[in-house]
Amino acid sequence: MALLQRVAEQGRRVVRFTLDGRPVEALEGDTVLTAMLTNGERLRRTEFADTPRAGFCMMGACQDCWVRTEEGERLRACGTFIADGMRLLSSGEWNS
Amino acid sequence: MSELLPPVIVGAGPAGIRAAERLVAAGLRPVVVDEAARWGGQIYRQPPEILSGAGFTRPKSALYGFEAGKADAVHRAMAAIRDRVDYRPRTLAWNCEAGALDLLSEGTSEVLPFSHLFLATGATDRVLPFPGWTLPGVFTLGGSQVALKFQGCAVGRRVAFLGTGPLLYLVAYQYLKAGVEVAGVFDTTPFAAQARATAGMLRDPATLAKGLLFVGWLRAHGVPIHNGVRPVRGEGAERVEALVWRDARGQERRTSCDAVAFGLGLRSETQLADLAGCRFRFDEADRAWLPERDGSGRSSVAGVYLAGDGSGIAGADAAELAGERAALALLEDLGRPVEAARVKELDGRLARIAAFRRSLSAAFPFPADWADAIADDTMICRCEGITAGAVREVARSGQAREMNRAKALTRAGMGRCQGRMCSATTAELLSRALGTGPDGVGRLRAQPPIKPLPVSAGAERREVA
Repeated sequence: MALLQRVAEQGRRVVRFTLDGRPVEALEGDTVLTAMLTNGERLRRTEFADTPRAGFCMMGACQDCWVRTEEGERLRACGTFIADGMRLLSSGEWNS
Repeated sequence: MSELLPPVIVGAGPAGIRAAERLVAAGLRPVVVDEAARWGGQIYRQPPEILSGAGFTRPKSALYGFEAGKADAVHRAMAAIRDRVDYRPRTLAWNCEAGALDLLSEGTSEVLPFSHLFLATGATDRVLPFPGWTLPGVFTLGGSQVALKFQGCAVGRRVAFLGTGPLLYLVAYQYLKAGVEVAGVFDTTPFAAQARATAGMLRDPATLAKGLLFVGWLRAHGVPIHNGVRPVRGEGAERVEALVWRDARGQERRTSCDAVAFGLGLRSETQLADLAGCRFRFDEADRAWLPERDGSGRSSVAGVYLAGDGSGIAGADAAELAGERAALALLEDLGRPVEAARVKELDGRLARIAAFRRSLSAAFPFPADWADAIADDTMICRCEGITAGAVREVARSGQAREMNRAKALTRAGMGRCQGRMCSATTAELLSRALGTGPDGVGRLRAQPPIKPLPVSAGAERREVA
């Protein structure tokens, strides 16, 4: 079940991306964090303890929300906007 | 030579915008560097801009509540000077050295020399750890507010609000208004302390009335409010499922929830001031080392000015005033005429806010005993999973008597967040293990880059002519 719940602003254009290979949808103006957490429960698993993480501060300070794309790029999920065709992974940096 | 360089402002929140406005009015064209895509800072953060098609539609009254008028005024102030400033959104100032800032924007780095630097770098939530605080669904109070304001999302369906500070009740109220179930407000402050401090808050009846309204609204909607709470743990494996907590009488209790919004007041972002060479002092009220600033906003370094929560927590209203005040100091230092009456008015208003903030920090004191209850196996560092026991061990064995040595030995503060999320904890653990006051273990030195950069950005400094 999704971690984040939409409570407003749902009239925006749908953006299509993949999460762990699965086609899913978000809305234009969503951050990568919002896009992933309205479709799942985590952003990554940590390389230290293999535990799930879903970000923390949402304002670019804690650095807890770095995610990988299938191409191997690293994104800070709270400060990057979702775009059509993104291929995102929630398995973590070293487990992908 | 230096007169030829435009003043550089870092941060486009209330302090940075009011400073820019004042400098523009004096005929200068400041550079405004901001990490966000749109101006407003965190408190008056604007929803993302959608260039074509349906965008975000909530009015400012829905986004900012009672503060909508102030938010709108700050937004308009920046819009009005937009073409008279060199505005650099989505730009990170990641170093400050030898009279120049290092910037990174959309993957491109640049060295920006300055003669006058204005730091309005803001703050984030101050946190202490509890078992389970890294579980998905546990977010900071500020982060929970960003989710709602900036993304139209709640961090859960049934949210527990834990900690202290004005944000605790404000964000709980905002969630309730947005139709989200609030599982409870778990305030670390004992009820008696809050009641005593309320008398001092009569200095600012409007703010006090808002606080009482939030509490009243929450109670009227059946939200339980508990005082004197300490967290025991967040439960869950893949995500948080419950908050276990101890009530004021020491009784352990459990509240089911699917999210916890949590924070203990705010923590200033001081890294650039540190790299600029500013002298720091320990501030009792903020329980933190802060760059020194005089009443006008001058730092200890000539040509470096400080305003807003980035150099001491005082809130958005004070940030606006202090931003303008420091801009006047900058103009004065440039030999420009400055209106004495305006300076006097700003100084008076800032003094009144400072007195009110003292009452506010008495109403929401830092729960200093929390650190004693942190078990040795509790993770204090989100970046690298370092435990409380590791920090206590280097203190007790005599290997570390201050923050930077403890960092070298344990790596607490060396991870990707550079101690933003753990330094309050490390300072509490170290000082308690060593038997010093919270001011007795020093502070983490800032290191460039102050946030992670892609290697492709090239950390090499270009030669500047």
